[in-house]
Amino acid sequence: MRLEKCWFCSSTVYPGHGIQFVRNDAKIFRFCRSKCHKNFKMKRNPRKVKWTKAYRRLHGKDMTQDSTFEFERKRNRPERYDRNVAENTLKAIKKIDKVRVDREARHHALRMKGKKAKEQREAAKELEQSIHMVKAPAVLQQEPSLTLPKIKVKVSQQQSEENHAMEE
Amino acid sequence: MVQYNFKKITVVPNGKEFIDIILSRTQRQTPTVVHKGYSISRLRQFYMRKVKYTQQNFHEKLSTIIEEFPRLDDIHPFYGDLLHVLYNKDHYKLALGQINTARNLISKIAKDYVRLLKYGDSLYRCKSLKVAALGRMCTVIKRIAPSLAYLEQIRQHMARLPSIDPNTRTILICGYPNVGKSSFINKITRADVDVQPYAFTTKSLFVGHTDYKYLRYQVIDTPGILDRPFEDRNIIEMCSITALAHLRAAVLFFLDISGSCGYSIAAQAALFHSIKSLFMNKPLIIVCNKTDLQPLEGISEEDAKLVMEMKAEAMKTVIGQGGDPLNDEGVLLTMSTLTEEGVVSVKNAACERLLDQRVELKMKSKKMNDCLNRFHVAVPKPRDQKERPPCIPQAVLEGMAKQQAAEKEKRKLERDLEEENGGAGVYSASLKKHYILKNDDWKEDIMPEILDGHNVYDFIDPDVLQRLEELEQEEGLRAEEEDDDFEMDGKELTLEEQEALAEIRKKKSLLIQQHRIKKSTAESRPTVPRKFDKEKKFTSERMGRQLSALGLDPTLAINRFRSKSRGRKRERSLGRGGNDGDDVMDMDVDQPNKKLRARSRSLSRSRSMSRPPGEVVAGEGFKDSAQKVKALKLAKKSVKKRNKDARRGEADRVIPTLKPKHLFSGKRSIGKTTRR
Repeated sequence: MRLEKCWFCSSTVYPGHGIQFVRNDAKIFRFCRSKCHKNFKMKRNPRKVKWTKAYRRLHGKDMTQDSTFEFERKRNRPERYDRNVAENTLKAIKKIDKVRVDREARHHALRMKGKKAKEQREAAKELEQSIHMVKAPAVLQQEPSLTLPKIKVKVSQQQSEENHAMEE
Repeated sequence: MVQYNFKKITVVPNGKEFIDIILSRTQRQTPTVVHKGYSISRLRQFYMRKVKYTQQNFHEKLSTIIEEFPRLDDIHPFYGDLLHVLYNKDHYKLALGQINTARNLISKIAKDYVRLLKYGDSLYRCKSLKVAALGRMCTVIKRIAPSLAYLEQIRQHMARLPSIDPNTRTILICGYPNVGKSSFINKITRADVDVQPYAFTTKSLFVGHTDYKYLRYQVIDTPGILDRPFEDRNIIEMCSITALAHLRAAVLFFLDISGSCGYSIAAQAALFHSIKSLFMNKPLIIVCNKTDLQPLEGISEEDAKLVMEMKAEAMKTVIGQGGDPLNDEGVLLTMSTLTEEGVVSVKNAACERLLDQRVELKMKSKKMNDCLNRFHVAVPKPRDQKERPPCIPQAVLEGMAKQQAAEKEKRKLERDLEEENGGAGVYSASLKKHYILKNDDWKEDIMPEILDGHNVYDFIDPDVLQRLEELEQEEGLRAEEEDDDFEMDGKELTLEEQEALAEIRKKKSLLIQQHRIKKSTAESRPTVPRKFDKEKKFTSERMGRQLSALGLDPTLAINRFRSKSRGRKRERSLGRGGNDGDDVMDMDVDQPNKKLRARSRSLSRSRSMSRPPGEVVAGEGFKDSAQKVKALKLAKKSVKKRNKDARRGEADRVIPTLKPKHLFSGKRSIGKTTRR
């Protein structure tokens, strides 16, 4: 039993899922779900379809080469069972996964590095330019801060007259 | 061993037939249609093709004849002589030669005429050239017609010749006519040769097969031979002579003791002596037949002497072949085919003699030496009396003993184990029992194949640990470097500023949504100027709210708005009636409340609740009531047809029955029903 990779989106195909297509030149295409299969039939290039791993790797969104990838390699020679080796391998898999995930996170962080500053700049600019939509320019002149104006409540005249009368 | 089978020769056709066959084939297999108007090269090609095709066919057929008839020099001399005797070698060769020349002639004719055709300039000329060519070829064949007939006859006769293998064990029976040769062969084999009282019943060679000591022998019956000088012999006798001459066989010379064949013993003896040269190197047995009529002991003195002479001759052959000179039993035998006594012993004697001779010969030839070596094992002569048995090492002896012991007790099979533990359904054999591992404890281990979405087998590596260590070191290094980077948290917006920004974005998105709605309905929406505010969006209250949200004081604006809009209508009170439909001008809604408005209507008695159909309402976009009425009429007209069809709307194209019966069945009163 083996976990395969979907040819289109590069996700893992678990046993019992997906479709396998064998072409006349004996090349095998495995798909994880009908979405990938249908895209393939439409002759779409996975390198141009945004949500696939091929696109992401090609455009630098995901990590491309790393030493953690070398650990996982299809070996065609059968090895004699050795309990120690098996134990070590299982432990190693977990550690390698952790390392790999960390590295991917780092890659992502590196990619997003300047984003926050940029967003802040953009926000500031937008605020400055569009403040007139929420604050009248006259009010802005009096109060130059870029905040919402204080709403003046309209008190009815009768009441003020009453008060006046009361005061008097 | 090549089977001399002349049955496979193809039939040689008659002269006329031959021509017919070839010409009709040409007619069928080449194109037949040609017109005057074709281009000259095409006409030439057409006729050249015919000539060449005919020539090829003749060539083929004649070649097969020539090849299939045997060449008398290439076959076994027995057959060569036999065919010569039967058909005359020269005549045979001549016939075949004629066929050959005919073939060459035809080739030449074809070549010449093809060359002439290349320069033919009209259809007629080409055609006559082709006719001439074919005609000449056919004349050639007509000339060789007699040869063809002759060859056909030969072929038929050859097919009926007995298939005699000249190299295998053969027994030849010869003697005067009527002595009992054919009856003998009938007795020992399954052959069914004619036996009649007249001489020369057997006119050609006959073959039968018999078995002796698990070997097959050919027995050949020959026609009788008369005592005549060689040149005078006829074809039939020559057959037997040929057989005698060329076949390496055991010869049984038949002697009629009783003389009922019509020839005396003396005559038969004379014959014997005249052909005894043919018995060279062949085991000869003299068989006295018809002993039921006259036993061997009862013959006269001279006959007995003659017989003894013949026996002496026969003995000579025995000596020549290395047999036992003192044994004269196998040389002169008596039998009677009628009573069948002695027949089998004759056959056995003949077979035995032949076998001995053949084995003798084989022994003398070179081939036997190779075989003989294999039969002989060289044993070195012992030089002293010491015993030297084969030396087997102790371990091997023990091993052998053990193996024998192990074989004695049956090995326990998996099957037996299965049966012990409950049978096929209950017990499943542990396939891992015979695994060869470093440590036997690991035999029953279950190893996972998949872990966390990875194939474990892809990760197996003898030095996994080492590589893992390196990896972790790398990680450690990188983690240290990481601490230097951190984000510069610069210009963060304050809470109020964020609120303002959120508000801005909300407003923007609202505008965009409204714009999108307007855009999508733009074509179907009536473009009504804003003063006819059907939805009552532009009220002073609203304006006031919006202005105060912007931070401005709305009172002045509202007052101005009101004063402008009220104008002369300011004095109007609630509940007035009897006006025309100018209420639409009353944008100034002191009663923004719809309820109040409705009530004001109901209070006025002179006005009904609903509007008349042609009344022009402000926001609808009609110029006057006539236009509105017309519009309503048009709308109704467009809907009428659909309503009649019970359709829900423009897009309702449902067909309730796709194949209504009245359209798809039934005969027509007049006309055809080929289309429905």
